[in-house]
Amino acid sequence: MTAIEIPALNFAALLPLFIVVGTGLLVVVLDLFIADKKSLGWLSLFGVILAAIVGNMQQGGAGFDPAFQNVSLLDGYANFFNIIFLSTAALSILVALGYLGRVGLHRGEYYALLLFATSGMMAMGMATDLMVVFIGLETMSIALYVMSALNRHSRPSGEAGIKYFLMGSFASAFLLYGMALTYGATGSTNFSDIGSVLTAGTVAPMAMLGLGLLLVGFAFKVAAVPFQWWTPDVYHGAPTAVTTFMSVGAKAAGFATLMRLLMVSFPAFAVDWQLAIAVLAVLTMTLGNVAALAQKDVKRMLAYSSIAHAGYILVGVAAATTEGIKSVLFYLLIYAFMNIGAFAVVGVLEQKEAIGTKLTEYAGLARKNPWLAMVMALFLFSLTGFPPLAGFWGKLYIFRAAVNADLTWLAVVAVINSGVAAFYYLSVIVQMYMKPAADDAPEILPSTPATRIALAVAGLAVVLIGILPASLVDMVAKGVFG
Amino acid sequence: MPADYLPILIMLVVAALFALVALIVPYYMGPRNPSTSKSDTYESGKLPFGTARRQVPIHYYMVAMLFMMFDIEVIFFYPWAVIFRQLKIFGLIEMGVFVAILLVGYVYIWKKGALEWD
Repeated sequence: MTAIEIPALNFAALLPLFIVVGTGLLVVVLDLFIADKKSLGWLSLFGVILAAIVGNMQQGGAGFDPAFQNVSLLDGYANFFNIIFLSTAALSILVALGYLGRVGLHRGEYYALLLFATSGMMAMGMATDLMVVFIGLETMSIALYVMSALNRHSRPSGEAGIKYFLMGSFASAFLLYGMALTYGATGSTNFSDIGSVLTAGTVAPMAMLGLGLLLVGFAFKVAAVPFQWWTPDVYHGAPTAVTTFMSVGAKAAGFATLMRLLMVSFPAFAVDWQLAIAVLAVLTMTLGNVAALAQKDVKRMLAYSSIAHAGYILVGVAAATTEGIKSVLFYLLIYAFMNIGAFAVVGVLEQKEAIGTKLTEYAGLARKNPWLAMVMALFLFSLTGFPPLAGFWGKLYIFRAAVNADLTWLAVVAVINSGVAAFYYLSVIVQMYMKPAADDAPEILPSTPATRIALAVAGLAVVLIGILPASLVDMVAKGVFG
Repeated sequence: MPADYLPILIMLVVAALFALVALIVPYYMGPRNPSTSKSDTYESGKLPFGTARRQVPIHYYMVAMLFMMFDIEVIFFYPWAVIFRQLKIFGLIEMGVFVAILLVGYVYIWKKGALEWD
């Protein structure tokens, strides 16, 4: 009987994660006894903000130490992603507070699942070991599958849930197989150990195969072409408050892990994966934008637009430089604000039975509700990349990173794509400002204060980052891993 | 080393041979007197009725799912119980956290009525 030595675990580094999980558990229990679901939303919001504050206070302190025997690390990179995830969660909660009540879906489970999904995302951002990546990914994904099917009585929502579940499980299987092969080739699941084995030795075909399967898995999760088929149906079918959350959070979490994995574990294969990612980026941008052009429904159009944005972000990943990482971090934070903002407006205009999301139903919005039309136009201009809004700087940094990494052709394709994208974003603005409303157009229900706060925060972020990008550039510089 | 897996290969061959022999030998050596009750579907000693293609209450699905969850919990308990003494107080606290999280789920399904049959 030998005594078991308990290793130093460093619980403190995972404190923000514990706060989010703890709040989630509290919401599950309180949901059973409290009839007023709005208070659960505010409680969740409090937990999320507390986690963000604690995480930021830890920066530079002991939290930097690798935790749990080097499987996770709360470095500047993880902290930056935590800010993205927690902002996404906070804004989604604010959107949901208004939206869920209006469509008759106000259930405490939404907030609990949202918090659990957020904790999975945070685990992915902090992960430096394939095992933790998988646990984080599944925690996030399983919560999101259930959230997609939140509206049990709606067929599209049920379809979204089952489709996301089947496709997601399929992707997880690819990912696991890739992890298994990588482990088989290198003898480790630790990111940096894998990196040093692969850099030192000859190129192992098995590790290459593992990398390929990992890429397939992550491409599924971030909805990159040709693994994007589930995206439009899931984003369109799920309740808008859920789409708001997952279109940003799940994508950011996928990129968080993918980038760290590629840069730390697979620098030896950089030439190969750079090309693969570049090809994925071209396909993703082009298909996302071209398909979005044909959409008659704004929610579905934004789903395709989110595919296209995954493509732009992949351009930054393909650069495979520190500048590339910075540009992706920069873009993801901006994307979070502008995409959540756009989906929040869709949520405000949507009514029961999915009425109010069609493009023609946006006609005359500028006259009926000038403020709402204005913020929607703001988010759409930012998504297009008009200066001086935040989206412009996001695209600029990504394209510059690509050019500096000798991928000028890729940057050119991305610029052409941005031009194509302008057509469908502007068509919504044309409807809102230049077309008269139909006589039988549904009445716009007043938005709740919570939704207005979310729209104001997202709108201000898009404008302020647009005017003062330098402040964010400094923040991003701290978010690069060593 | 591939050579290390040789015993497993031998085991596989032996198992396959055993199954084959057990099927072939009675076919030639055993007496055969088929009757209605002998060739009936085996139903753990109960008399079979109807076909298997009938509607099943959806509750079974819920019960099966809950069973899976709490079954897995027990699986985690076994290795923990084996080294419980060596883990000392740390192990006890960790298991306490694990059980507490599961307890939240248990309270949830109980209050939601997932354990009620109707």
